[in-house]
Amino acid sequence: MTEPNTKIPSFHLKLTPEDFAPATREERESLVTMRESVGFWQDGFRRLSRNKIAMTSLVFILIIMFFSFIVPFFYPYNYSFQIRGAENLAPMTYSAEEQASIDAGESVFPHVLGTDDLGRDTAIRVMMGSRISLLVGLVASIIVLMIGSTYGAVSAYIGGWTDLIMMRIVDIIYTVPDILIIILLSVTLKFPLQRLANQPGFEWIQLLGVNLISIFIVFALLYWVGMARIIRSQILILKEQEFVTAAKALGASNRRIIKKHLLTNAIGTLIVTTTLQIPSAIFTESFLSFLGLGVAAPMPSLGSLASDAIKGLNSYPHRLMAPALLISAIILSFNLLGDGLRDAFDPKLKN
Amino acid sequence: MSDQENYMLKINNLRTSFFTPVGEVKALNNVTFAMKEGDVLGIVGESGSGKSVTSYSLLGLLAYPGKIVGGTIRFNGHEIEKKTEAEMRKIRGDEVSIIFQDPMTSLNPVYTVGNQIVEVIRLHTDKDAAAAQARAKELLELVGINEAEKRLKQYPHELSGGMRQRVMIAIALACEPKLLIADEPTTALDVTIQAQILELMIELKNKLGMSIIMITHDLGIVSNMCEKIAVMYAGKILEYGTVDEIFYTPRHEYTKGLLRSIPNLMDREHKKLVPIEGTPVDMLKPPKGCPFAPRCESCMRICLEHMPEVVHFSDTHYSACWLNQKDEWTKESVEA
Amino acid sequence: MGKYILKRIAMGLTTIFIVITLTFFLMNLIPGGPFMAEKAISAQAQAAMNEKYGLDKPLPVQYKNYLVNLTKGDLGVSVKQRGRDINGIITSKFPVSARLGGASILMALIVGIPLGSIAAINRGKLADNIIIVIATFGIAVPSFVLCTLLMYIFGVKLNLFPTYGLGSLKHYVLPVFALAFYPTAYIARLMRSSMLDVLGQDYIRTAKAKGLSTFVLLFKHALRNAILPVVTYLGPLLAYTLTGSFVVEKIFTIPGLGSEFIGSISGRDYPLIMGTTIFLATLIVTMNVLVDIAYKLIDPRIKLQ
Repeated sequence: MTEPNTKIPSFHLKLTPEDFAPATREERESLVTMRESVGFWQDGFRRLSRNKIAMTSLVFILIIMFFSFIVPFFYPYNYSFQIRGAENLAPMTYSAEEQASIDAGESVFPHVLGTDDLGRDTAIRVMMGSRISLLVGLVASIIVLMIGSTYGAVSAYIGGWTDLIMMRIVDIIYTVPDILIIILLSVTLKFPLQRLANQPGFEWIQLLGVNLISIFIVFALLYWVGMARIIRSQILILKEQEFVTAAKALGASNRRIIKKHLLTNAIGTLIVTTTLQIPSAIFTESFLSFLGLGVAAPMPSLGSLASDAIKGLNSYPHRLMAPALLISAIILSFNLLGDGLRDAFDPKLKN
Repeated sequence: MSDQENYMLKINNLRTSFFTPVGEVKALNNVTFAMKEGDVLGIVGESGSGKSVTSYSLLGLLAYPGKIVGGTIRFNGHEIEKKTEAEMRKIRGDEVSIIFQDPMTSLNPVYTVGNQIVEVIRLHTDKDAAAAQARAKELLELVGINEAEKRLKQYPHELSGGMRQRVMIAIALACEPKLLIADEPTTALDVTIQAQILELMIELKNKLGMSIIMITHDLGIVSNMCEKIAVMYAGKILEYGTVDEIFYTPRHEYTKGLLRSIPNLMDREHKKLVPIEGTPVDMLKPPKGCPFAPRCESCMRICLEHMPEVVHFSDTHYSACWLNQKDEWTKESVEA
Repeated sequence: MGKYILKRIAMGLTTIFIVITLTFFLMNLIPGGPFMAEKAISAQAQAAMNEKYGLDKPLPVQYKNYLVNLTKGDLGVSVKQRGRDINGIITSKFPVSARLGGASILMALIVGIPLGSIAAINRGKLADNIIIVIATFGIAVPSFVLCTLLMYIFGVKLNLFPTYGLGSLKHYVLPVFALAFYPTAYIARLMRSSMLDVLGQDYIRTAKAKGLSTFVLLFKHALRNAILPVVTYLGPLLAYTLTGSFVVEKIFTIPGLGSEFIGSISGRDYPLIMGTTIFLATLIVTMNVLVDIAYKLIDPRIKLQ
């Protein structure tokens, strides 16, 4: 039998006996192309920074944060101040009075997005509305993160009957229709909270607004279950791994094991789930505000601004566009950033 | 090449690559071998050596982004590399079929065993539903499953791993293929079940006379079942020969390493098992010389620079290792 | 299986019971209690009202009475719409919402499932990218934004569709689109990732090795496995559609249960808020239970457990 690619030892290579001398270890190793080993964070951040969509979203979120948290401090208009004679202005126009000042040589800051029917500057109101949305998203996610991860980790770590009962509770809360309960709480919590706000030491309740606090309470009561489930399943997997047994053998306390070993290993999942919680909280807040159950007037929210704009949709459509597009863009950016983080940090999806 | 027409399968200089975002991975590099009807060939190698890619190339099962980039595959009169997907579908499951590694996941969980066997019979033959059903029962009996009638109505999760692999074999044999590819058919099974499945395959081979390509990383399995062995590493066949040639006169350092790393119960001297040091090559950046060189105990300078050429030791035995030519060159220099 | 169904029903009942209890006691946080109308009633009339509705009794007794009435299917009486019982309001308004919601759920499934599958099959190609972009936007746009934009563009500017009520088939176009957009996008994403997962499974490779056509491969072997996650989404989908209808019905002035509910909130018609909440919650929880049971029936792997 002859093989098609059979060749007698070829002599077209100029070989010398030198070539047949044993290769040194260094010579051999120089050929092995080792992939450089990078840590979890380094690896994740590198992947994230390469993800153009996620980075664009991040930049957008930072810009929105700048406009909603910092710009209002030195913006020439106030969100609740009603400028007399400047009602229902179109974008970049001035009231008669303001026009007169301009003619007199004074400089008047333009109403970039016009004013509303009470003569309030729309631009500052949209900025304040974004502030509320972001605040709700961030605070709610932190509440969810704290409650959910602790609950899930404890449940998974203790296991047995405790785990079973704790998870049954999660199952039940999971099936409770959340929006209905939120509406119910917004309607009813107003009264006791208002009473509480009148007590000394609780004035801050009035500052935040009763509805906003009810929203946070609902998140604390209901929204953590998803997080708890995810963390529990992560911890269950991690728990079986050897380093935990090793830590136990060395006499580490349960608390230390949960904190030091389990949670740090589940951190990727934690980051991703928390980030993806933000848009869903913003979504809910804007939904409630739109229905008139959100923040209290005159404090605006993107949802209530959109709701107000509907009344004058025929004459002032521009009032709808800014809050409507902004809320969508904020939710979209957080979703995309969350997806990017998941691709970068969630080891389950690695490779 | 005198008896070319006798070959049922002839793969010549086959090159298959995966075009990944980070670069072309040359999974197969000039793979060449041939099989006659009734041959049993073992392909041995570590994971990533190209064993499975060889069979997927032959079946037209390469998933995106994999592609045959060169060489020819002649199988049963077909020019496989030129076939369209539609033409390949007629050949797959009929003239050549495959058994996969993990029987637990290789059967569709939402259909009964009977449904999944009948499906392939009805696809490639003109049997009607009843005849196909009868054939499916016959097949289950053939692969040694009791109460075939009842099993046909069961779902995969109701069967044990060994039983499921028997079902997979029944599906593969349904249309009496010329060639059966077994891709690590026992790796996922318990040791006792492994032996049963291998025994069944030998028995079926003797009964039905098809050719078998046995893909495995276990030299023990190959020695029991196969007549010829191809040792693959980094997408290349490094050594090819009969079982005796490979086991008693291995001519490649990698083959020798593999042999040293398998335990042997018959050994009275309690020889030490020697693992092969190092890790398999990064297929994205294969070395320009012999792919095994960085891990080779007898590595020479030439090995790092040039890929050794194939040297034949008999009609059936060849290998690609510079050591085969060492004497020749050093002798020559002495003469000079 | 029977044991599982019983367990699941028991859990559903527990959830409903918790919602009812929560609703009742939350409503009692309101000064004067939920059954109290607004001020401007003489003390005498108030006492008479209290007696009529049993509000003079201690809270636990009121709670018991409320539960007893609920088991009889009696949700109580509205305080704003004199003489109308809540059962009557729900039976007259819910069919409107059900038609709107049903059409939306149907659209979400009919459009979302194929979109997700097409994206998965054409992974990385143009079709996939287009569908991903649409779906990504779809889950980012709140329904009220979509509603108002649709209303402005198609209703006010182009005047193509009516933006008021549910008189004819044409009236359904905008509200159904607005209500179905988010779930359609969500299902498309869900279906895509589930389909990709299934297409990577070993049994799909087995099916390919049999020489089956792409059609059989997708419709027989892949779809039935890939659709399972969508089945589990049916419960949340119903919840979304019902609560989403609050906004959609409000914007498009559709006389359904959603706008009735929103009206009851701004009108502080507490018994109506309670009744509607309990009705909707029961509906959603029941759906969740049914879906869970259906899921087990579809997937033969779980049958034996």
